[in-house]
Amino acid sequence: MSDSETITGKRLLRLRVNGEVHEVAGHVTHSLLEVLREEMGLTGTKHGCELGECGTCTVLVDGEPIYSCLMLAVEAEGQEITTVEGLALPGRPHPLQRAFSDLGAAQCGYCIPGILLAAKALLDKQPDPPRADIEEALSGNLCRCTGYTKILEAVERAAEEMNGQRAT
Amino acid sequence: MLRLPDFTYIRPRTLAAASSALEELGAEAMAVAGGTDVYPKMKRGQFTPRYLVSLGQVEEHRGLRREEGRGLWVGAGETLSAVAGHEVVRREFPALAAAAGLVSTLQLRNAGTIGGNLFVDTRCNYYDQSFFWRQAVGFCLKKDGDICLVAPKSRVCLAICSSDTAPVLSSLGAEAVLVSGQGSRQVPLDTLYRDDGIDYLAKRPEELLQGVWIPEASFGWRNVYLKLRRRGSFDFPVLGVAAALRMSATGTCDAAKVVLTAVASAPKVVEDAPRVLCGRPVDTASIEEAAELAMRVSHPLDNADMDYWYRKRMTRVYVTRALRQLTTAGETAGGPEAAPA
Amino acid sequence: MSENGTKKRSFSVIGSSLPRIDGPAKCAGDTRYADDIVMPRMLFCRLLRSPHAHALIHDVSTRRALELPGVHAVVTGEDVPTKFGIMPSTQDEEALAVDKVRYVGDPVAAVAAVSEDAAEEALRLIDVDYEVLDPILSIEGAIEAEDHRIHTWNRRANIQKAVSFEFGEVDAGFEEADEIFEGTYFFQGNTHLPMEQYCALATYTPDGKLTLWSSTQTPHYVHRALSRVLDLPMGRIRVIATPVGGGFGGKSDPFSHEIAVAKLAMITGRPVKITLNREESFYVHRGRHPVKMWMRTGVKRDGTLTGMWFRSFLDGGGYSSYGLATVYYTGALQTVTYKLPSYKFEGVRVFTNKPPCGPKRGHGTPQPRFAMEVQLDEIAEKLGLDPVEMRLKQVVEPDSVTVNGLRVSTIGLRECIEKVAERSGWKDKHRSLPRGHGIGFAASSYISGAGLPIYWNDMPHSGVQIRADRGGGVTVFCGSTDIGQGSDSILAFAVAEELGLQPDDVRVFTADTDLTPVDLGSYSSRVTVMTGNAAIQACGSLRERLFEVAAEVLEVPADDLEMEEGRVRSRSLPERGLGFAECVERAEARFGTLGATGSYRPPRHPGDYKGAGVGPTPSYSYSAAVVELHCDGDTGEIHIDKVWIAHDCGRAFNPLWVQGQVEGSVYMALGEVLMEEQIFRKSGVHKIPSILEYKSPTTLETPPIETILVETDDPEGPFGAKEAGQGPLLPVIPAVSNAVYDAVGVRIHEIPVTPDKILRALDQRLKEPTVPDFAFPTPIRWAPGQGVEVPQKS
Repeated sequence: MSDSETITGKRLLRLRVNGEVHEVAGHVTHSLLEVLREEMGLTGTKHGCELGECGTCTVLVDGEPIYSCLMLAVEAEGQEITTVEGLALPGRPHPLQRAFSDLGAAQCGYCIPGILLAAKALLDKQPDPPRADIEEALSGNLCRCTGYTKILEAVERAAEEMNGQRAT
Repeated sequence: MLRLPDFTYIRPRTLAAASSALEELGAEAMAVAGGTDVYPKMKRGQFTPRYLVSLGQVEEHRGLRREEGRGLWVGAGETLSAVAGHEVVRREFPALAAAAGLVSTLQLRNAGTIGGNLFVDTRCNYYDQSFFWRQAVGFCLKKDGDICLVAPKSRVCLAICSSDTAPVLSSLGAEAVLVSGQGSRQVPLDTLYRDDGIDYLAKRPEELLQGVWIPEASFGWRNVYLKLRRRGSFDFPVLGVAAALRMSATGTCDAAKVVLTAVASAPKVVEDAPRVLCGRPVDTASIEEAAELAMRVSHPLDNADMDYWYRKRMTRVYVTRALRQLTTAGETAGGPEAAPA
Repeated sequence: MSENGTKKRSFSVIGSSLPRIDGPAKCAGDTRYADDIVMPRMLFCRLLRSPHAHALIHDVSTRRALELPGVHAVVTGEDVPTKFGIMPSTQDEEALAVDKVRYVGDPVAAVAAVSEDAAEEALRLIDVDYEVLDPILSIEGAIEAEDHRIHTWNRRANIQKAVSFEFGEVDAGFEEADEIFEGTYFFQGNTHLPMEQYCALATYTPDGKLTLWSSTQTPHYVHRALSRVLDLPMGRIRVIATPVGGGFGGKSDPFSHEIAVAKLAMITGRPVKITLNREESFYVHRGRHPVKMWMRTGVKRDGTLTGMWFRSFLDGGGYSSYGLATVYYTGALQTVTYKLPSYKFEGVRVFTNKPPCGPKRGHGTPQPRFAMEVQLDEIAEKLGLDPVEMRLKQVVEPDSVTVNGLRVSTIGLRECIEKVAERSGWKDKHRSLPRGHGIGFAASSYISGAGLPIYWNDMPHSGVQIRADRGGGVTVFCGSTDIGQGSDSILAFAVAEELGLQPDDVRVFTADTDLTPVDLGSYSSRVTVMTGNAAIQACGSLRERLFEVAAEVLEVPADDLEMEEGRVRSRSLPERGLGFAECVERAEARFGTLGATGSYRPPRHPGDYKGAGVGPTPSYSYSAAVVELHCDGDTGEIHIDKVWIAHDCGRAFNPLWVQGQVEGSVYMALGEVLMEEQIFRKSGVHKIPSILEYKSPTTLETPPIETILVETDDPEGPFGAKEAGQGPLLPVIPAVSNAVYDAVGVRIHEIPVTPDKILRALDQRLKEPTVPDFAFPTPIRWAPGQGVEVPQKS
């Protein structure tokens, strides 16, 4: 095992979250979800099962949506992590956040942070997705309140706004 | 919040080192790649390793590339998203793109690897439960107990193969490359599966999958994968049908392979299918016959979502649809799950 | 000034689709749900749960657990032995089982430790000596097991409640009928599955005061239960409902975990938090009752209903919960949609060794509505009538009293039916689509708030206090609980409308028993109507003072004043006005600190028989739905193409929010009709207690939903509004079943309608549901004309 790194117990983690480097003590067994919420106080990331079965804890790692309950925090070192707290633009909400709020896409709001991030990952790759692609991109996030209707509409509205901004 | 139990985390840089670590630590060690199946099972107490050997720092099991004369190399460490989105895969092997793309959800596919999916632990709804639940029901053969709760007379565990990609790669004649401290070996992927819910892989525990070759000979085969499950995402297959056909210029079928998933503890090759499909054009009669043969060897049990008799009956329907898709003129194979109607 | 809002021709914020006040925080990840709260010295609680469905507890030994480092306290049933329960007459729950467990997952002990891991480890060191008893797991089993009881307090073994009514002359009704139809139906149980798991946190401070934060829909009832079980005066307990991450009825009971953390905080003097995991939420449950049903309906040849006899058998699970109300609700609302001259209802709720059932969206009414609307579809077919036309002919009249004594005020059902039929192209599609493609229709009604409180009292159901700032801001205080339905925003908008302000000018404090007047909670679709009316009354009272001052300053009569656009101004001379802030300052100078209160209590209904308390409401909402779908004859798989739904919401308080409630209701209905099931193994263990195997539809299973809002301007509703959060679930379920029949020609009398059932039915192998033999009590008889005179509002 000479060529292997062995990690036990707690150690100092350097995590780049929402553009800032954070040094936090994290146990090797801790998921990224646990470290974000419990060590860093970033409670915007929610959890609904901790088994990768609901989508609530979705965050972006290097721009790709993943379930933070299924990723060890030690594996997230060296990558760019984006949580809902990092979504807003300087001084104003992200167009997705505004569209979700304006259209009532957040009812209880609990699944929304994860859905916003899944939607952001989609729009970053595909600025003008058809409805079917939005449905596909959000099919890893359960919502029990909205019937998804307003959520899908909000993603479309945000895409429109972002495309408008790009055009001007 | 469900949390992971304590473990020591080992991050080797090579497969050989990882394999040595596994060999040295023995039964108390497990390999982990994407972790999307390992971590939930650890949280529920189904897996109880003291050591986790991570393949996260290993490079040699990555890569997706076409090599003329050899075929397509699919590194075991590639994410399911990468496989599903790869241009050559999408063009030549739409069944594999479909199967990889139908595993769980986008988030899970972004972390989970194809190696993990090929060797994913067999599933059973008496087993994929928390410690509390399993204690309340009584432990089963696969973990902590001594009887099979699905079929108490069974001496083997009946947990089901739940891989989407294994039947497809089997249908395409893929070869697996396994690495251990002693070197590497290449074997037909098919030979790695055993119809035993506990001991479901015919390989030594320390042998690690580096990747698979889809041989050159499989290029040009029509291929398709259809998946039955309750929802369009999240769910494991409760039936999967992979079918591959090589058609001659004259329109007869030269070679065929039909493989089922989620009907046994291993991917189930429908051995007799080529007999009825080959040497003639694929028509309604031969499709019906092949579908009937597939249904005969399909043995779903009452340990997954949806009734077992229903899943058995769907074997015929899904095999029929898969073969029809492959033989419908002008249509490319693969594609999405069978849409109703 | 009307009690129900200013009699304005137009509104400034009501009726417009402005965003909710909590949207920005929720979309920023800034909303603090219960599990987001962290306190210094906080301990973590876990509950030990029974692995047995039915067992006596002979001994619980906590000694080994207490010795574990990090463990601060362990409590068992002996520490909190007082029984409690949401309904005053069925207090049969224990926070921790004292001498018996009644379902797998029933809590037995609670641990407070320095971490969740330590608490979890301690659970394994608690030794419980169980004597395992045979579990009772079916309705039939419960009725038959006369010598084997789950509870001892109830008179008949395992019967929690049996009721029987006859309204009008049902025998005469059937004699008058040209045709009589009978059918049996089964609605499988299912659960709420809010995305947020249950969570509560308690502190007990040196001043002897207990504070509980909890993800609850009913902080007031939790407040009462804590006082009772912990033997503390209510004045020493504060309950704060945190923003609820989804409820749907599942967070409406006082729960073991809430009492456990409170007790542990009192023992340890430290904050104690518990967050249940997803598996535990299936054990807490309180979801949709499995109900077996039998329905007999008499009709004239033209489809006119002459009489109905309905029997329901509810599988209640291990405890009473809301079950007393549920059993009545299965019989109450059959009468408020179509004219029904005679009606007999018999219902029974039994105990079984499964997690207790309770209220889920539609509480006790989706099951009978399913039976009724499917039977009506069959009747229409047999009589050669269009199911839509048949219903339209006999819609209940506005301002009428039903055969069971319910007062219907406004009713937009006719328009709902007509609109969905028109928009969906019903006439061209019904019985005309190719095989495998079908369309189905159903209609329904629901209450806008229960007419009676859960515990009998003469106090208001909802109270609102408002305070006006010198700076021109207004703060509104109310005990209501925002569970995602938008009740905080309702308050802000009602107050803004009444005082001529913008919603942004209004700060809302809710769901805190120390700070806010009582509101009974977010259940029975009561919140908009009751808090809205209370808020309007409070605003009216504040306005009187402001107008008195403004009239003097502006030299116009007070009855010429209005509040618009942030000003108090003259209606006749609109240029004559005073800024709101200035008006407040002058009024404060005159009267001292400015505040006002308002409250609301629903009107009485004519029914005065025992049991008449369930069904009355300020107003009934109405819904109609058309579902178009494809059903694959080879696989039985259903693909919903589209749902059209029209909902009579009185007035669309905010069309966007009402649509959101309707869409969510449609979604939840589709989950129930297509795939969701709370099911158990023979040992009584939940079969699939995970969010993976309990199937909740994703974006990919959810069809386009076209929502049509029908406005009736109900005199009892604030600004004319009725409920919208539960009713729209009801018609979708039978409409799917009816559409499946239209598509492939099989009637599925069971929910969920799954592919395997469709194939069995196509093979003519699907058995009809059965109902047990049961001796119902002698019916209570009542007929219209009896009862209480009720003045109508107009």
